[in-house]
Amino acid sequence: MTASIFDVVVVGGGVVGCAVARELSHQQLTVALVEARNDIGAGTSKANTAILHTGFDAVPGSLESRLVARGYELLRAYAPTVGISVETTGAVLVAWDDEQAANLTALSAKAVANGYLQTEVLDASAVRSLEPHLGPGVEGGMLVPGEHLIDPWSTPIAFATDATANGCSLLTGFQVTSVAAGAEATRLTASDGRCVTARYVVNAAGLHGDELHRRFGFDGFTIRPRRGELIVFDKLARRLLGRTILPVPTAHTKGVLLAPTVFGNIMLGPTADDIDDRAATGSTRAGIDGLLHKGRRMLPALVDEEVTAVYAGLRAATEHSDYYVSLHADARYVCLGGIRSTGLTSSMALAEEAVTSLRTMFRISPKPVDEIRAIRLTPLGEADERPYLHGGTIVCHCERVTIEELEAAINAPVPANDLDGLRRRTRVLAGRCQGFYCSAAVCANAAAASGRPMSTWMGLP
Amino acid sequence: MTNGPVIAVPAAANAADAVVVGAGPAGLSAAIELRRRGAGRVVVYERELQAGGVPRHTAHPGYGMPDLHRFTTGPRYAARLIRLAERAGVEIEVGRTVRSFDGLRVSTTGATGPAAVDAGAVLLATGVRERPRAARLVPGDRPAGVLTTGALQQFTAVHHQRVGSRAVIVGAEHVSCSAVLTLLHAGCEVAAMVTPLPRHQTFPPLWMATAGRHRVPLITGADIAEIVGRERVEAVVLTDGRRISCDTVVFTGDWVPDHELARSAGLAMLPAARSPVVDSAGRTEQHGVFAIGNLTHPAEAAGVCAVGGRSAAAHVMAWLALREWPESVTSIAVEPPILWAAPTFDGITLRVATIVKGRIECRHGDQPVVRTKHHQWMPNRAIHIHSRVQIDSVAISP
Repeated sequence: MTASIFDVVVVGGGVVGCAVARELSHQQLTVALVEARNDIGAGTSKANTAILHTGFDAVPGSLESRLVARGYELLRAYAPTVGISVETTGAVLVAWDDEQAANLTALSAKAVANGYLQTEVLDASAVRSLEPHLGPGVEGGMLVPGEHLIDPWSTPIAFATDATANGCSLLTGFQVTSVAAGAEATRLTASDGRCVTARYVVNAAGLHGDELHRRFGFDGFTIRPRRGELIVFDKLARRLLGRTILPVPTAHTKGVLLAPTVFGNIMLGPTADDIDDRAATGSTRAGIDGLLHKGRRMLPALVDEEVTAVYAGLRAATEHSDYYVSLHADARYVCLGGIRSTGLTSSMALAEEAVTSLRTMFRISPKPVDEIRAIRLTPLGEADERPYLHGGTIVCHCERVTIEELEAAINAPVPANDLDGLRRRTRVLAGRCQGFYCSAAVCANAAAASGRPMSTWMGLP
Repeated sequence: MTNGPVIAVPAAANAADAVVVGAGPAGLSAAIELRRRGAGRVVVYERELQAGGVPRHTAHPGYGMPDLHRFTTGPRYAARLIRLAERAGVEIEVGRTVRSFDGLRVSTTGATGPAAVDAGAVLLATGVRERPRAARLVPGDRPAGVLTTGALQQFTAVHHQRVGSRAVIVGAEHVSCSAVLTLLHAGCEVAAMVTPLPRHQTFPPLWMATAGRHRVPLITGADIAEIVGRERVEAVVLTDGRRISCDTVVFTGDWVPDHELARSAGLAMLPAARSPVVDSAGRTEQHGVFAIGNLTHPAEAAGVCAVGGRSAAAHVMAWLALREWPESVTSIAVEPPILWAAPTFDGITLRVATIVKGRIECRHGDQPVVRTKHHQWMPNRAIHIHSRVQIDSVAISP
């Protein structure tokens, strides 16, 4: 289908692949981004804990530590310029027993080793005065003022919109089934027969990164998905929490966290289950019940509130404790593998890393600054000025989304083409009623805006 | 029609005698009655683009008898209420959302942007919704094809869409029977109705006319353990291990009030019902703020809401004229297995958590005021008890 040869093709339209495509599109290169699903950001990237991490608790000296710290600065600076909602709430690690309390000093030292100097160890009463709704049994804590909340849906969409505005070709529904390496270029063929040829390839295929890695003839890591289930509570619960409540990791458990979201909810999770199925994004009875049990101890009033959503995401975990980033000059290929939960924070640093790797293989010149087109999304955060405040016809009452926003998302450069895509671009149907009031009206408006039959928006076969 | 005191409030654009939030049966009926009793400007804000509330979508008979003395369908009933409101001089503004109220100053937003109005009284009539799948903590995949009855009715009655070919209905109460008819009318087979209780909870004649007549299998003592299907629903797995193939799951009933405005304003709540605490006049603990309809009792038939809204109007007029408010508004104390009890204009309405046999005993202070006959009481069904005396506590004795 695409006859020309690209300089670089990025495989995988998750947050990492989109960040890489954006970075490459700001260079004097021809770039393509291919994504197996029919939309970007629709896999693991849509189901994470939505925190912009300082990286205070990474393994010091690891690649992850360096890239999270760098990505934190890059994304924190980029987000407000393009309309990705970010909230500075800070976080408190809460120790619920003596063993955890004893770990706080070591964690504080670890933060320093990771280059993060702003932590503050707190006694139990100081924790309680910060977060008065916490349950009994707090033994102490540590304040991490730099932890931020971020809109995880808009981040890959902003990257992809930025990339396409700067000339990147986006091919969705492109599931790579074969890799043919030539002397000068590599041809990727999709399951539907389409081909893309490029001189260089970046693997950002997330949960399927190891499979693509093997198609290039390399080995070195195997993805073993680690499922994380999360519960999102009603916005009326938001008053119970000022900042993110992080668990103190111990030898036995990683623990679950409580975090506000930029959309004004409270999130509880994630669980951590190693599984074999790379598509098993279902929630489980045991997972939900376990989270509620922990949530009741941490924030007792929380479990009296209504639940808005339950979902599960899969972390691209591997046998290595660190990211698996490798450069293969002979194959003109860069692999960004094993990027787990922290990938949202490190995405822009991984993009820099990919470009640095490619630079060792060929000359890359940045575009002149005045040739780079800036983009702007409508911020989705509850703390931002939402469109409904300035008029417009609200169609989704729980999240106060207007018909005009739906139309804009459907006609966007990186458009929504199903309800899930609309939800991630506008918050529509993401609220407490889960479509009781508006799902029919949303589908009808989407049908009108897209010119497609209403049934295609209802998920009918 | 003016037979009450005429309230002298200037009809400025930013002031109203009464602001009603929600143009469903309760809100419209209250607004109509306020005008009949001589209220000046009465404004009803409706966030949807059409007034009428839930009956707009319930394209079956069963409406109008308690309040309008005619037997009709939901959409016709809604249209009739709107006509009566217009005739009575009620201002209905659709497409306008009430964001908050502070005292009696009501902040709204709509197509023309934000606005505020100072009200003599605020009537909350925001209604109920069905608890969706996530709020019921049903595990499994998140495919398309999972609905509530409310969404189902809008897809079929308003937009004339086919929703699927084979459905499982979760619940076996009144509204579940309505879902049976809606699905069959839309050409969707009903594979089963599933309830964790040992029997259905609706009236036998209604059951016979719907699920019984169409031979819908009723599975009792089981709940949904898992929803299966990546893109589209493929099956449900029940807690008893059974697996039912289907492409649609409809979660019915399990009502929760749309109480966010009430709670955000700081009103005291009845935790089990998630409703604002009111007295039999619909008064909340905040001066001049009333709550009516299904917001205060999840859920009752439209006619019950309409009659309740209408009867609250007299108390609203009294407040506007005299500015008197009770010192305290307290909730009715209940003992398990009673979930909650809320006052109505002519007594109380209550719900039980399990099927229970016995007499319901109501007290005013220490004094017994009502004792029902021995009966089997069903969950998910409105239980009405008439009393002219205020009821403070209620329990069931064997």
